Amino acid sequence: MTREEITAGLAEILEEVAGVNPDDVAEGKSFTDDLDVDSLSMVEVVVAAEEKFGVKIPDNEVQNLKTVGDAVSYIEAQS
Amino acid sequence: MTRPDVVVTGLGATTPLGGDVASTWDAMVAGRSGVSPLTQEWAAQLPVQIAAQLAVEPSEVLDRVRLRRLDRSEAIALIAAQQAWADAGLAGSGLDPERLAVSVGSGIGGATTLLAQDDILEASGPRRVSPHTVPMLMPNGPAAWVGIEVGAKAGVHSMASACATGAEAIALGLDIIRSGRADVVVAGGTEAVVHPLPIAGFASMRAMSTRNDEPEKASRPWDKGRDGFVLGEGAGVLVLERADHAAARGAHVYARVAGAGITSDAFDIVQPHNEGEGAIRAISKAIADSGVAKQDIVHVNAHATSTPIGDMLEIGALRKALGDHPVLSATKSMTGHLLGAAGALESIATILAIRDGVVPPTINLDDPDEALTLDVAAHKARNMEVPAALNNAFGFGGHNVALVFTRV
Repeated sequence: MTREEITAGLAEILEEVAGVNPDDVAEGKSFTDDLDVDSLSMVEVVVAAEEKFGVKIPDNEVQNLKTVGDAVSYIEAQS
Repeated sequence: MTRPDVVVTGLGATTPLGGDVASTWDAMVAGRSGVSPLTQEWAAQLPVQIAAQLAVEPSEVLDRVRLRRLDRSEAIALIAAQQAWADAGLAGSGLDPERLAVSVGSGIGGATTLLAQDDILEASGPRRVSPHTVPMLMPNGPAAWVGIEVGAKAGVHSMASACATGAEAIALGLDIIRSGRADVVVAGGTEAVVHPLPIAGFASMRAMSTRNDEPEKASRPWDKGRDGFVLGEGAGVLVLERADHAAARGAHVYARVAGAGITSDAFDIVQPHNEGEGAIRAISKAIADSGVAKQDIVHVNAHATSTPIGDMLEIGALRKALGDHPVLSATKSMTGHLLGAAGALESIATILAIRDGVVPPTINLDDPDEALTLDVAAHKARNMEVPAALNNAFGFGGHNVALVFTRV
């Protein structure tokens, strides 16, 4: 799966969970500062991403995933 | 120090009769029933297959992402509060948030969230349980969401007194303003538990009507054929305001909240006191608190849920505490029983009866019980001057609340 495909998959999840416009989702964007994803919604995003990409994202990793790009890199490395 | 007067400057509701106050009131005056068959698959196995469900789904009002984190009871409290807040014209009025409080309760709370998330826990494990579960099911959730919505910083309160909740939340709002803790209180009740478990629980108590083949005729307070209440869902919210505060900003005023009476039976966890003793004291206290002459209280929106015992005990209590002159309505004949929202919705109906000089009908009163010895506006609304009116609400646990409203 390419980074673009993972980004597109995350955009779908972010739209479903937090109402984020998919056009706003890019690797450089911060989940909290740019996309307004709060802590509870972030939990939902992580669980949905685990399901969608078939990976495990432990809680102690989630705090390192500040940007969409961080998440894409983590998922890319695990899958 | 003289006690400040408290008035109502905003109303909001979403009910089985309509998505707002105007449509609900129009349907009520017209005598329309909001009760219908439960067509959900789960209903087939239940002894009770009817309910009064919302006329307008929350998804038609609030966006999808917002609804993801709201229990249905929270969503409709928010919708009713938004309406009441807009109606009061307080947005952008410069009201100090530290002078604004919330008093919104629920009889049962986020039970449907609890049950839905338990299904997910059983089927998919704990990691799939929504992180919104706790704020969705906590009983203070509706009040807290309303508090965030209107920016209330003088305290957010969540009354829980079963079917007296909505009325007691208004009584608390009255107290808050009278005691000087706030100038404005957003007060009301909400309930949304049309789900097989609560229905099965009430049905096991033999408290609900099983007139499944005639949904619109199932809720029939004071009628000989009554066989229990019909579950309803909805929310009602009022904006209560110190009278001089409302006057200073030139606000439209619906009515005055003149008095409240609250008692407890200390008798039985579900049965009302066998002589209506607690109800008599609540009504008497409300009248005394209001300072209104009994003969001016010409209309009562009764609790009257369509249960065999409770309906008649209330008649006796009203005769003793108020007299034989009031004209009664049981609007639950149309809305079903909104449990924790009932006292709020029925307070709104009481206020609009005062405003319009129209006492709403009690439908289905085809064969009145012999013990019904007070005048009821049966079948059709009655036009009459209403200078003052009473609303009763009683709840499991022995809660009795009476409220007196007057013209301004």
